[in-house]
Amino acid sequence: MDKMPRWADVFLVPFINLILAFVVSGLVVLAIGENPFKAIWIMISGSLGSTSGIGYTLYYATNYMFTGLAVAVAFHARLFNIGGEGQAAVAGIGTALVLLAFDWPYWWLAMPFAIIGAAVFGAAWAFIPAYLQAKRGSHIVITTIMFNFIGAALMGFLLNGILKNPDTQNAETVAFPKGAHLPTVHEVLSPLGINFAKSAPLNVSFLLALACAVGVWFLLWRTRLGYQIRAFGQSETAARYAGIDAVKITVITMLISGALAGMLSINVVMGEQGRLIKEFVEGAGFVGIAVALMGRSHPFGIVLASLLFGMLTQGGFELMWDMPAISREMVLVIQALIILFTGALDNMVRDPVERLFLRMRKRKG
Amino acid sequence: MTGEKQQGRQETAAPAIELKGISKAFGPVQANRDISLSVAKGTIHGIVGENGAGKSTLMSILYGFYKADAGEIYINGQRTPIPDSQAAIAAGIGMVFQHFKLVENFTVLENVVLGAEDGALLRPSLAKARKTLVQLAHEYELEVDPDAVIEELSVGHQQRVEILKALYRSADILILDEPTGVLTPSEADHLFRILKNLRAQGKTIILITHKLREIMEATDTVSVMRQGQMTATMKTRDTSPQKLAELMVGRKVLLRVDKKPAKPGKPVLRVENLRLTDSAGVERLKGISFEVRAGEILGIAGVAGNGQSELLDVLGGISPAEGRITLHDRPLPLAGRHANGQARRSDGIAHVPEDRQRLGLIMDFMAWENMCFGYHNDPKYNKGPLMMDNPAILDDTAEKMQRFDIRPPNPRLRAESFSGGNQQKLVLAREIERNPEVLLVGQPTRGVDIGAIEFIHQQIVALRDAGKAILLVSVELEEILSLTDRVAVMFDGRIMGERITSETDEKELGLMMAGVSGEAA
Amino acid sequence: MSFTKVILGTVSALAMTAVAAIADPAIIYDLGGKFDKSFNEAASNGAAKWAKETGGKFREIELTSEAQREQALRRLAENGNNPVVMTGFAFASALDKVAPDYPDTKFVIIDMVVNQPNVSSVVFKEHEGSYLVGVAAAKASKTGTVGFIGGMDIPLIRKFACGYVQGVKATNPNAKVIQNMTGTTPAAWNDPVKGGELAKAQISQGADVIYAAAGGTGVGVLQAAADAGIYSIGVDSNQNYLHPGSVLTSMMKRVDVAVYKAFKAGADVKPGIQVLGLANGGIDYALDENNAKIFTADIKAAVDAAKADIIAGKIKVHDYMSDNSCPVE
Repeated sequence: MDKMPRWADVFLVPFINLILAFVVSGLVVLAIGENPFKAIWIMISGSLGSTSGIGYTLYYATNYMFTGLAVAVAFHARLFNIGGEGQAAVAGIGTALVLLAFDWPYWWLAMPFAIIGAAVFGAAWAFIPAYLQAKRGSHIVITTIMFNFIGAALMGFLLNGILKNPDTQNAETVAFPKGAHLPTVHEVLSPLGINFAKSAPLNVSFLLALACAVGVWFLLWRTRLGYQIRAFGQSETAARYAGIDAVKITVITMLISGALAGMLSINVVMGEQGRLIKEFVEGAGFVGIAVALMGRSHPFGIVLASLLFGMLTQGGFELMWDMPAISREMVLVIQALIILFTGALDNMVRDPVERLFLRMRKRKG
Repeated sequence: MTGEKQQGRQETAAPAIELKGISKAFGPVQANRDISLSVAKGTIHGIVGENGAGKSTLMSILYGFYKADAGEIYINGQRTPIPDSQAAIAAGIGMVFQHFKLVENFTVLENVVLGAEDGALLRPSLAKARKTLVQLAHEYELEVDPDAVIEELSVGHQQRVEILKALYRSADILILDEPTGVLTPSEADHLFRILKNLRAQGKTIILITHKLREIMEATDTVSVMRQGQMTATMKTRDTSPQKLAELMVGRKVLLRVDKKPAKPGKPVLRVENLRLTDSAGVERLKGISFEVRAGEILGIAGVAGNGQSELLDVLGGISPAEGRITLHDRPLPLAGRHANGQARRSDGIAHVPEDRQRLGLIMDFMAWENMCFGYHNDPKYNKGPLMMDNPAILDDTAEKMQRFDIRPPNPRLRAESFSGGNQQKLVLAREIERNPEVLLVGQPTRGVDIGAIEFIHQQIVALRDAGKAILLVSVELEEILSLTDRVAVMFDGRIMGERITSETDEKELGLMMAGVSGEAA
Repeated sequence: MSFTKVILGTVSALAMTAVAAIADPAIIYDLGGKFDKSFNEAASNGAAKWAKETGGKFREIELTSEAQREQALRRLAENGNNPVVMTGFAFASALDKVAPDYPDTKFVIIDMVVNQPNVSSVVFKEHEGSYLVGVAAAKASKTGTVGFIGGMDIPLIRKFACGYVQGVKATNPNAKVIQNMTGTTPAAWNDPVKGGELAKAQISQGADVIYAAAGGTGVGVLQAAADAGIYSIGVDSNQNYLHPGSVLTSMMKRVDVAVYKAFKAGADVKPGIQVLGLANGGIDYALDENNAKIFTADIKAAVDAAKADIIAGKIKVHDYMSDNSCPVE
């Protein structure tokens, strides 16, 4: 017997979580002497109130979709991949190598190869922790975290060395060929007569992210591999009874996870920056964990949670912009509160809501 | 300690427990409906009923896990609301759960003290508990080494720790939920001796079970529950197992398995000198040899933990081992990449594991997802090289659920939502319907209600009659005796002897189970 | 309901701020943040000084992510802020992309040259200031060995080093200069522990004056020098006060002046490359009560002479970044 209807599980509980988070954040805003309603309004209108705001919101959401899906796929096999950060960073190297290798004439020609480059590098970075987990029992949480650091060091080494653009002081590569530029939403929509803010970095990677979400859903619930991944994640002993190869599933799942995390570099490196810069992941790998938790590891939930976190990132910027009293550290606190309530304190709301539904049902019965 | 409480006992004969009009619903399901029950002080009261009859719910209400929607609880004549388990403990109620609530890597002493410490410092509590423990052990035949670590104890001893825990908290009323489900006959006998000792000291005991033999043997009074209601309460000596079974199921039931004599054919599965050493370096199988012929059921009897589980694991391809297994004279791999559940299944060995919740099913998966579990590579469940054919699996599941009378017959229900008996039927349906050459069955009726036991036994016999070889591992001697054609007894990783089932009895097998070799017995 | 009133008030207030987009100047700080005790903070001081003097208002933004570089630039330009000042060479790529889209907005980038018609690039002649403190170091050194500790190994910091070595050698051709860079990543700007270790290593090799051009890392260098009882030389802003009697002087790079000037010029900032050096006060050495005792008249005379000669063009200090090489070691 399910304790509460599915809509309550999927929408009501996260919604209440969100409200609670806003209430507590509001108190924080109040404490520094600003109007909390105004702050919330700024965050909402700043992220959804203009095409530019929407463009940035969806751009950030694209990143979170990739990393959220990466975490979720691993999570279905009960693997906690904390290494999205490093996998995305290393995937950026793959993207850059592909895009710098040729003078690409068209973006649609360059994109599939860049995707392969990103996927291969991202997956490779997940492979070693996966292998160590499967064969040696080294805990994947520890190894993936360590690989984040190694990945950052590798990036630093390459971008200060052979990949560095000699014309700048920055640790970055030279710009990718013009042909490799991914169309932004502005460029896609303006021929149709729709005016979308030119500044918005939202690009065709967004569609790639949605495709990945559908793909992950299909993988998990329609393919044999997905079936084995879920079975393995639910019960390792039962999976052994069924003859599911633990090593194979662990490694393949992490390869998929790493490749998904790597897709972030298509959005940021290829789509936005047009060059490989050192710190382009900027915590999206970790936000992905919160996204996957809030999205209950389901692609649909992850898309929704990504939109929320995209709004938070963009709205946070607008908040900083419109309320100078709210520093960027303050914005971080507000974002963290929302993650805390929606991710970590989920049961605080879930249990009372469940009880409420039981009582309501009883009264009806 | 317990003595003081006994002195303060009221002289009036107020019942130890009295429940009046208890009702409890979970959503649309009425788990308990207007239940009244009175248990006299110093008696053992049995509660029987099929799985899902509401026994556990009722006891959970009594122990404060659930709050009743209606009704009152009286303890020793006093109205006592029990909002949580703390209140239950305060009211002198102790509970021994079917699945023990022990910290595996703590010692007996630490587990007993856990949650009942006297202060912030552990040492005085432990010292006090040690004294009490020795005394209780002496009084009630509850001997356990206080310094043993739980995970190193046998199941029977772990259960004693649970009882000690309750007694240490001064329980006067002890509730035991399916206490013998995991015990050997001798361990069960020991448990009943303990219970009778407790009764002699004035404790009141409620025994929840579905084993009618135990009710007849151990209880003074018995209540029958069916579909959330208390259908009858009577003195045990005034009833019979047959009558109780009818009250439980609501119709006439066959307690004995009705089967024709076996017609054994050629040996199908031959096991020679099987050896297995576990990761801790303990030798679990010490040279096992036997054969199972077509059209017969070979029973493996024995006290739990003597290597039967390991034997099933090796045969099912879960654990690697040394030795030789042949199927129709073809050797099967025992180690390496090709020794796995998939390979065994394609060789025609089906496996109904002992622990259906941990091995046989994925509790969070829906029935249809479980119906292809292990057979997910079967082309009939697949569409192309990558995709599963979900509609085909759903259809197949619906059909099997109907044939095996699995209730509710909804393929989209999660495995955890089915009762124990129906979960077992799910596994059986999956494995038997493959029409395997060899069927390995472990504890097929553990935690399964009477109505379902009958059905499960019939299915196993039907497969035998279809000329298949069946290996049945069970710790329930009754089941071995009624279901198998031949029986081998395992003790300490060895086979002590083999008998034709119809030519042996419980006593002879019991001796072998205790380690007396077959020749001597 | 007061509730709705608050919301309505909020909305109208927002509407007003949207209208009130005027040509206030704006400044964007790099990821290091406004209060980094160094480069960004100096810029912030310049902006604050302008606000105090003129009573004007300005916008400021601290970045939290790389993607926001472009976002912030566009946002400010669209808001009508003019000029838009940004601190640090990391903005170069973003600015190069954004500037053509807002031809009416003037952008000012510090420490980097961006060739766009509406961009004013402010660069400093750090080599000149470094030459001066090199002269001071050579004069103050008793061992004839002096040290240089850089932050991240980039051409800009080599420019500091090269100017410094030239100053030292011009004063004492036999002097030895020990050079170390803290690292090759941005983390090298904020690693005082490693800075201290490098300083101790140089001291053990006989260095008795150490010049730290390493942002936050320099704090550790100055501390180690003070602990060992030798001299150190600060950088960017006047750091003499950190360890009075130990910090010989500071090579001041007046980022605050650059920001102040840009704000003051407003929308009339002249595009092109602005070079700030000794001649126009953008670069200088620090002399105050904290180092008056140790910065002897002898040293001061030598340094001032060199300063005059550089301004007069008599001394040409080689700029490392002009050809990515240094004539002296």
